[in-house]
Amino acid sequence: MKMTGSKALIESLLQEGVETIFGYPGGAILPVFDALYDYDQKVNHILTRHEQGAAHAAEGYARVSGKVGVCLITSGPAATNAITGISDAMLDSVPLLVITGQVGAGLLGTDAFQEIDVIGITQPITKWSYQIRRAEDVAWAVARAFYIASTGRPGPVVLDFTKNAQSEEVDFQYKPCKFIRSYIPVPEVNISQLEKAAELINAAKKPFAVVGHGVILGQAEKDLMELLEKADIPAAWTLLGASAMPSDFRLNKGFVGMHGNVAPNMKTNECDVLIAIGMRFDDRVTGDLKTYASQAKVIHIDIDAAELNKNLKVEVPVLGSAKDVLPALTKLVKPARHTEWIDSFEIYKNTEYEKVIEREVFPKSGKITMGEVINKVSEATHHNAICVTDVGQNQMAAARYFKFSQTRSLITSGGLGTMGFGLPAAIGAKIASPDRTVCLFAGDGGFQMTIQELGTIMENNIGVKMIVLDNQFLGMVRQWQELFYEERYSFTKMKNPDFVAIGKAYNINGRLVNEREELDDAIAEMLKDDNPYLLVVNVERKGMVYPMIPAGTSVTNIILE
Amino acid sequence: MEKTLYTVIIFSENTVGVLNQITVIFTRRGLNIETLSVSPSAIEGIHKFTITVFTTQDVIEKVVQQIDKRVDILKAYYNIDEDLVHQEIALYKVDTSKLLAMGSIEKLIRDYQIHVLELTENCVVFEKTGHYQETQKLFEELSSSIGVLQFIRSGRIAITKSKVERLSDMLEKMMKLEEKVNTTSETQE
Repeated sequence: MKMTGSKALIESLLQEGVETIFGYPGGAILPVFDALYDYDQKVNHILTRHEQGAAHAAEGYARVSGKVGVCLITSGPAATNAITGISDAMLDSVPLLVITGQVGAGLLGTDAFQEIDVIGITQPITKWSYQIRRAEDVAWAVARAFYIASTGRPGPVVLDFTKNAQSEEVDFQYKPCKFIRSYIPVPEVNISQLEKAAELINAAKKPFAVVGHGVILGQAEKDLMELLEKADIPAAWTLLGASAMPSDFRLNKGFVGMHGNVAPNMKTNECDVLIAIGMRFDDRVTGDLKTYASQAKVIHIDIDAAELNKNLKVEVPVLGSAKDVLPALTKLVKPARHTEWIDSFEIYKNTEYEKVIEREVFPKSGKITMGEVINKVSEATHHNAICVTDVGQNQMAAARYFKFSQTRSLITSGGLGTMGFGLPAAIGAKIASPDRTVCLFAGDGGFQMTIQELGTIMENNIGVKMIVLDNQFLGMVRQWQELFYEERYSFTKMKNPDFVAIGKAYNINGRLVNEREELDDAIAEMLKDDNPYLLVVNVERKGMVYPMIPAGTSVTNIILE
Repeated sequence: MEKTLYTVIIFSENTVGVLNQITVIFTRRGLNIETLSVSPSAIEGIHKFTITVFTTQDVIEKVVQQIDKRVDILKAYYNIDEDLVHQEIALYKVDTSKLLAMGSIEKLIRDYQIHVLELTENCVVFEKTGHYQETQKLFEELSSSIGVLQFIRSGRIAITKSKVERLSDMLEKMMKLEEKVNTTSETQE
């Protein structure tokens, strides 16, 4: 069928099952937006208030649904505004398609109005980046983009769409992409490596697993739990591995890394076999690599060959998808019981409870704490909500104190640590999962980085429950200044606006809470219906997220109070 | 750690922007590319890159993995000099009258196995192929005697000595995979 390149683009997106697009129109993408005008029954286009918001919203959508998040924006400044979201998706392996308008092919390279080198800029921060210069290439490029973004280790893809190609006519035919000869998304599992891994696990007296994002991306949550149960392996999770196991799962021993739980961090350096699954030994997880699990034999399961032996040299690298490796490994491991080893986690858990958790989550006096708010919201939502965070103390506290019963329930910017991620990502999360409660925890700093997206929430009545934990500081930076820079609070203090009034201006209900006694009531009010709500809590100004293992050091340097 | 000269050999699809994808991986790690040579390979539509770089084995392994992972890259690997037959080509432009005045031209040409590509009243252009040290030695000799008006040396090109042909093996494997994908999608339809 003959149609314009613009129409071909939208038809291609429909072929890939796209229902929602996050976008922002502009000159070089106008023909596509014009075509979109006729698709309002088939495509739900959400107009964000900034292209960064569009990119993060598409990320939030993708992280919750597992589908490719789609973002449609114009050239030049729009593309550069989306760069943060693209980078964020790259570091966190999020399937994202960003379509940018571009000047006509005849003007490329001439510094035409709103022309920038999108391909050159995005190649280092995407899995694939391609310029569509002819309408004939639209279907091919979109098919390839979806295949690349969603398969193997997912990631962002950019299609830079020149204006002439948007208007030219093409005979449209769509064929999904299932194969690229230079790309092996899911490598075949090497049996001998699997056998070596099973041997190590079978011989282990103190096995310990660390679960990363790869388990969720590979939809291998059940397979994971079967392996852990059969061989009786206690397991911890990285920030992006949160919610791969339910919080109340017997073998779930908590969060590892800089602000993780004491027991799993200490046990990393006590176990005899460490099984790392779909994680990449990020410096925020390992601290000093020289002392990290140096006593243990390490098995590293990952779908990306470039991650094996990248940060940590391991005994048994196993290349493959968690979805393939875990069930195969479960068959090879012998049923075991490690009761004494598992019980030994309790001592550290109790220490952490006494020194950190009790005073952070159940304080009897003083100002409200972040952990207290997060715990109360988690309980009020029966641990069934999707928790979206911004970056900083709010994020670490949420990862520590929010509880999960379902997978894909912690939506957070891990690798890039993008302040301003939270609010737009929560929009995308709620659209992807309208039946679940979506709670955003943001600090006063990050919330103001993308605060304009309140407009998107207002316009579409997106029922996001926003909780701003306001300490009038850039809290995490302040924490570092307190600990490592002699309390020299260089530009971390913030004079903040009346957030509730801002919410009101956007027709969003909200409430400011100063006192502990008001908190339960305010949370109940927030959760009483499915409308957006802005809860602003003035928390302890100089609160700290503990425990903390200072950057680049080992777990023995852990700070508890 | 001691640095070695590694030769990275890369086969890619012939699309726009592959070189940029490769070079940014070197840039990120602060690696200086010593030489670079790109040309169509023996197989139509596939380009071959030969890049030399001084670094450690640990770093080169990671760099090659990160290059190999790019979607448009078919295969990337690295070798040390002992694994390779390698060659560079150099061109030298010298002043004709000075060259004639120097004498012993026959010896120079025999010793260095020089090809003379051009001879005019003004200048003579020599061509010499060889390893870096060989082309460099001639450059130094000419520079110190009669001077060199222009000099250019290509990047290294190299062929492995091993029995394994990694690109052919990879393509064969991928062809089988493609057949499998096609048959499964047909049965699904």
